[in-house]
Amino acid sequence: MSHIRALIVDDSSVMRKIVERSLRQAGLDLAVLEASNGAEALGLLDTNSVDLILSDINMPVMDGLEFVRQLQTVDKLRGVPVVMITTEGSESNVVQALSLGAKGYIRKPFTPDQVKEHVLPVLGL
Amino acid sequence: MTMTSFSQSPLPTAAFDREAWTPLLALSAREVFDIMLGTRLKQQPPSADPHVGEFTALVGLAGSLCGVLSIRCADQSARIMAGKMLGMPPEEVDNDSWDALGEIANMIAGNFKNKLSGVGNNCMLSVPTIIVGREYETHSLAGGHTIEVVFEFEQQLLWVTLKLQE
Repeated sequence: MSHIRALIVDDSSVMRKIVERSLRQAGLDLAVLEASNGAEALGLLDTNSVDLILSDINMPVMDGLEFVRQLQTVDKLRGVPVVMITTEGSESNVVQALSLGAKGYIRKPFTPDQVKEHVLPVLGL
Repeated sequence: MTMTSFSQSPLPTAAFDREAWTPLLALSAREVFDIMLGTRLKQQPPSADPHVGEFTALVGLAGSLCGVLSIRCADQSARIMAGKMLGMPPEEVDNDSWDALGEIANMIAGNFKNKLSGVGNNCMLSVPTIIVGREYETHSLAGGHTIEVVFEFEQQLLWVTLKLQE
């Protein structure tokens, strides 16, 4: 499987590690960047390119929905697939995230299989 | 399963239903521990004994449900939880135990509100807050309802409490 550069955005360091582990269990050969909120993630994307972004919604400073909205305003970032991983699993949040440009949505709590099932298709794998 | 009915206002307030909500809160907690920690929680009967445990994680709810969900447990329990989530021995867990407990509280709160018909879309969660220490009391400025479920986790008790404002 090809090498994937992933950015994981979550204010919980434990959750970032769990997401990374789930991606590796899905068979991805990974290089991972981590950010604890949307603003920090945008800063990292100024100087790094990634193939995949996984983002929580409910975060301090800049939440995941605003982060996705901002991604769509930057030409080089607009095409990067984003999968939301969040406890905010209501239908309105799912619709809003997808309408802003997210390609997938995973509700916490989640299994590694659910991560695989949602992430591999957005990477075309 | 009994479903809760809601008014038709733009931001409906969920009608409190202890009989229906208590098992949903227990189920929400059990699912989080089952899926994220690979642990089957054993529910214990309610007790009037004082809560003990050095760690409490709080998550606020605002909207059609207003209040606070908390989970309280012993230091060692929080370390074991973090260890199970991260796949490492508890003795190697550092400040991750706070982080893990906060994330567990967040997932239980989110799981619970998503199980209540009509609530998920109109209820926001805060980021978690962690209290470290045994000697504290909480007081709500508004009247309200409390639901609590008690579990045994690794031979220690943990309390999941939902305090709702009227």
